[in-house]
Amino acid sequence: MSALHIKKGSTRHSAYNLRPTFSDVQERHTIAVLVENEPGVLARVIGLFSGRGYNIESLTVAEVDHTGHLSRITIVTTGTPQVIEQIKAQLGRIVSVRDVHDLTVEGSSVERELAIIKVVGDGDKRVEALRLADIFRANVVDSTLNSFIFEITGAPDKIDAFADLMRPLGLAEIARTGVAALLRGD
Amino acid sequence: MPVLDTGLTLSDKSKKPHTELFFPKFSRIFRSFGNLRNKMSQNPALKLENWRNCLLTPLSLAHNVPPKQKGASGDENASRNRRKHAHGPVTVNHNRTHAPPNDRGLFFVKRKTHVANGAKQMTREMTGAKMVVQALKDQGVDTVFGYPGGAVLPIYDEIFLQNDIRHILVRHEQGAVHAAEGYARSTGKPGVALVTSGPGATNAVTGLTDALLDSIPIIVLTGQVPTFMIGSDAFQEADTVGITRPCTKHNWLVKDTDSLATTMHEAFHVATSGRPGPVLVDIPKDVQFANGEYSAPKPSSSHYQPVLKGDLEEITELVAAIETAKKPVFYTGGGVINSGPAASQLLRELVDATGFPITSTLMGLGAYPASGKNWLGMLGMHGLYEANLAMHDCDLMINIGARFDDRITGRIDAFSPNSKKAHIDIDPSSINKVIRVDIPIVGDVGHVLEDILKVWKARGRKTDAANVKLWQGQIAEWRKVNCLAYTNSEKTIKPQYALERLEELTKKHDRYITTEVGQHQMWAAQYLGFEDPNRWMTSGGLGTMGYGFPASIGVQMAHPDALVINVAGEASWLMNMQEMGTAAQYRLPVKQFILNNERLGMVRQWQELLHGERYSHSWSEALPDFVKLAEAFGAKGILCSDPADLDDAIMEMINYDGPVIFDCLVEKHENCFPMIPSGKAHNEMLLGEAETQGVIDSKGSVLV
Repeated sequence: MSALHIKKGSTRHSAYNLRPTFSDVQERHTIAVLVENEPGVLARVIGLFSGRGYNIESLTVAEVDHTGHLSRITIVTTGTPQVIEQIKAQLGRIVSVRDVHDLTVEGSSVERELAIIKVVGDGDKRVEALRLADIFRANVVDSTLNSFIFEITGAPDKIDAFADLMRPLGLAEIARTGVAALLRGD
Repeated sequence: MPVLDTGLTLSDKSKKPHTELFFPKFSRIFRSFGNLRNKMSQNPALKLENWRNCLLTPLSLAHNVPPKQKGASGDENASRNRRKHAHGPVTVNHNRTHAPPNDRGLFFVKRKTHVANGAKQMTREMTGAKMVVQALKDQGVDTVFGYPGGAVLPIYDEIFLQNDIRHILVRHEQGAVHAAEGYARSTGKPGVALVTSGPGATNAVTGLTDALLDSIPIIVLTGQVPTFMIGSDAFQEADTVGITRPCTKHNWLVKDTDSLATTMHEAFHVATSGRPGPVLVDIPKDVQFANGEYSAPKPSSSHYQPVLKGDLEEITELVAAIETAKKPVFYTGGGVINSGPAASQLLRELVDATGFPITSTLMGLGAYPASGKNWLGMLGMHGLYEANLAMHDCDLMINIGARFDDRITGRIDAFSPNSKKAHIDIDPSSINKVIRVDIPIVGDVGHVLEDILKVWKARGRKTDAANVKLWQGQIAEWRKVNCLAYTNSEKTIKPQYALERLEELTKKHDRYITTEVGQHQMWAAQYLGFEDPNRWMTSGGLGTMGYGFPASIGVQMAHPDALVINVAGEASWLMNMQEMGTAAQYRLPVKQFILNNERLGMVRQWQELLHGERYSHSWSEALPDFVKLAEAFGAKGILCSDPADLDDAIMEMINYDGPVIFDCLVEKHENCFPMIPSGKAHNEMLLGEAETQGVIDSKGSVLV
C-alpha cells in the first residue's frame, strides 16, 4: 500500500499538508494506479468511485507487466482538492493496489488518447475531411467510396477539436480509448 | 427416542446405511483417514483407542439435553466444572455426537483397515478441505463459528476428523459473523466464521459490513458452487465476492487448490495488519475436494505492508504542541484498542504523565480506565457534557485512532473551532476525510505513542502545567452540571438506574459487556465503567441491531469463566434471538440483560424530537413472555419490574450458571440525554427533558 505520494526531495511521510485542501474549486486530475492484475480488481477500483460518489471522466486499463502481472489504470477524475486527496487515499487502501500517482500534481506529464472516427460523406465534404485530417495528423486507416475511418492520437482536447470539425462533415461514429499518461523525466 | 442435534431420530438414521449418511465420497475419506493416522502417530494422545473412547461418549453428555434434566440428577456443579475445563461438554466432542454410538464405533473399526494405505500419500499434498483446516490450525485458530451447507461439506468433514479446532454451530449465519466479531474484539485475535454458499454468504453480509465499519479482524470462509458451475445460476449460487467486495477489506475467490493455502494465509495477514477488517475467502466445492500442495505460513511475502512507524518530524511537531498547549484534550478511539494492549498502556502513561484530560469515542472505551483521574467520559451525540465542551473549547486536540465520525463532530463547521488538531491513524484515508487537521501522523497507534513518549521525555517532559490546571478547573465546573443526572422513580425502573445497579453489582467481576443498538447502548456507554480494553463490544459504525447477543456468545467462547452480559433492548434482542439455541447447546452462561420498554426507544425519541410525536411503528407489539422463552430453550428467565427487587434479581442472574434472559421492564418513555441534536454543535447540547420540541431545525432533520 502506498497512498503517500512523496515528492522527490521531500523528507515528509505525509503529503497531506503539501497542498491547500478544502477549497471548493473543481480540479481535473489524472491518476495512474498500478494494480495487481487479478480477477475483480477493476471492479474494486470502479466500485470505489461509484460507492463513494466520485466522478470518472475517463478510464483506461491494460496489463503493462506480464511477468509481474501488473496492470496500469489511468483515471481522469474531477473533484475538489479534498475529494482528490480522498480518492488517492481510498485507492491506496485497496489491497490489490500497489501504487497511486497523481500525475497532475507530481510533475508535468504526457497525456495521450487514441480515437478512431468514421466520417461518411462525398464530394467537397469528403475532400475537406481529408484535408483537415492531414492538418491534425490523423491517419486514414480505412476507406470506402463514401467514408473514411481516421485514426488520431493526441491530448483529449485535440481529439475533441478534431471531432467537432468532423461533425458538419459527416461524423458518423467515434471510438476513444481514454487517456494514457506518463510522468515526464526520470 | 432421543432426538439428536442433527434433527434426526435414531430410527430415521437407521433407515439409511450409516456410510451413505456420513460419507458420500469414500476415496476422500480414506485419504483423510490417512492424515488422521499420521497425526495420531505424532501425538500419542490421539491413539485410536482414545478416539474411540471419546466417540463413544454416552449420549447423556450431548449438549442439547435440557438443563432441567441435569438439575434433576443433581448434576449442576458437574456441568459447571465441565464448562470450566473444556468449554462445556459439547466442546470436548461435540463433533462426534451426531451419530449414535454404535455407528461411530463401527465406522472406526471398519476404517482402520484402510489407514495403512492412506498414510503413504500424506506429505504436504492434501485436499483443499484439509488445507482449510490445516491453515486455520497453523494460524492459531482455536474456534470457528459456522453453519454447514452443501458447498462446505468437505470442510465440515475435515472438521469432524480433528479435535484442535472447536466448531460452534450457530443458528443463523449473521450470528456466526457477529460471534466471530465478539471473539475478535474480546481477544484481539482474528475471529473466524465458516458458512455455505448462496444464502449462507448473503446472510453474512451484515456482519461483514459491521466488521468493516468497526475495523474488526475477521475471516469469513464461504463455500461456493464448483468452479465449472460458477455463472450458471446453480443451486445456492451467489456472486459472493461481487456481493461482498464493498463490505470486506479484501476478498478472494480461490479457483485452484494449489493457491488455497497461500490465499488463506494472506487472508489472515490482510485481516490483521494495518487497519484491521473483515476478509472473505470463497472456496468452490471442487477446490475443496481436489488435491494440492499445502504451504505453511511464512513471514509474509505479501505486498500489503502498511506503514507502522509515524513520521518523526510530525511527531516532534505534536510534542512541541503538547509542550505549549493551554487547553489540550486527548480524543481516542477504537484504533487504540485495535493496536493492542501495549497501546492502551502507552496511552495511560502519556495521559498520566502530561495530566491532560482524555475523552473517547464509543469504540475506544476501556483504553483509558473509567476510574482514571483524567477521564472525561465518552464524547459525541450522547456523550458527556464535559467531554463535548472540552472538545469544543480546547486549543489542542490529539486524536488517537478515532475518525471524526459524524456522531462525534456534530456540525462540522462549528467543530472545535479554535483548536490545533493532530490526528494519529494507521489509515491515511481517515486523515483529512472529514476534519482538516494540522498535524497528520500516519502510523500504528502503539508505535506512534511510543515515539511521542520518547521524544517528549527526551525534550524534558514539558507541559504548560499552570494553564492546564486552569483548564482542568474549567472542566471541573462543567462536570458539576452532572449531565447524567436523571429523575429516579420508586414505582418503575428507570433504565439509567438499572444500568447503575448493574455496574455496581458487576464491576468487581471479570466482566465483558456487549450491547445491541439503541438507547440502551448509549446508556450502557454512559453508566458502565470500563477499566480495560477489549471489555466492551458494541456495533458502533454500522449500528447493527441484533449484534449483541451473538457477539456475547463469541465473547463467552473466548472467555469461558468470565461474566458476559449483553445489555439489550427488547426489539434489538429479538432480531437474533435464534442464537438462544447456540447458548443453550454450548451451555454458554451469557446474560441477556434486556431493558424492555416495549418501544424502539431511540426511534421513538427521534420521532418525538423530529416528527411531531407521531410514533409510527416504533413500539413492540406482541412481545413474547421472555421468561417462558428462556425456559423453552432450557435457560433461566428472570422478570423484574420493581426497582426494589432489582438488586436481588441482578444477583440471581449473575449467580446462575447458565444462560439467562433478564426481562427488565423499564420506564417506557425515557429519553436518552445528554444529546447533541443533528445539525448542532457540541456546545448546543440538550441536557434533559426541559425543551425538546423543535430542537432540530429543517436542515438538521435530514441528517440521521
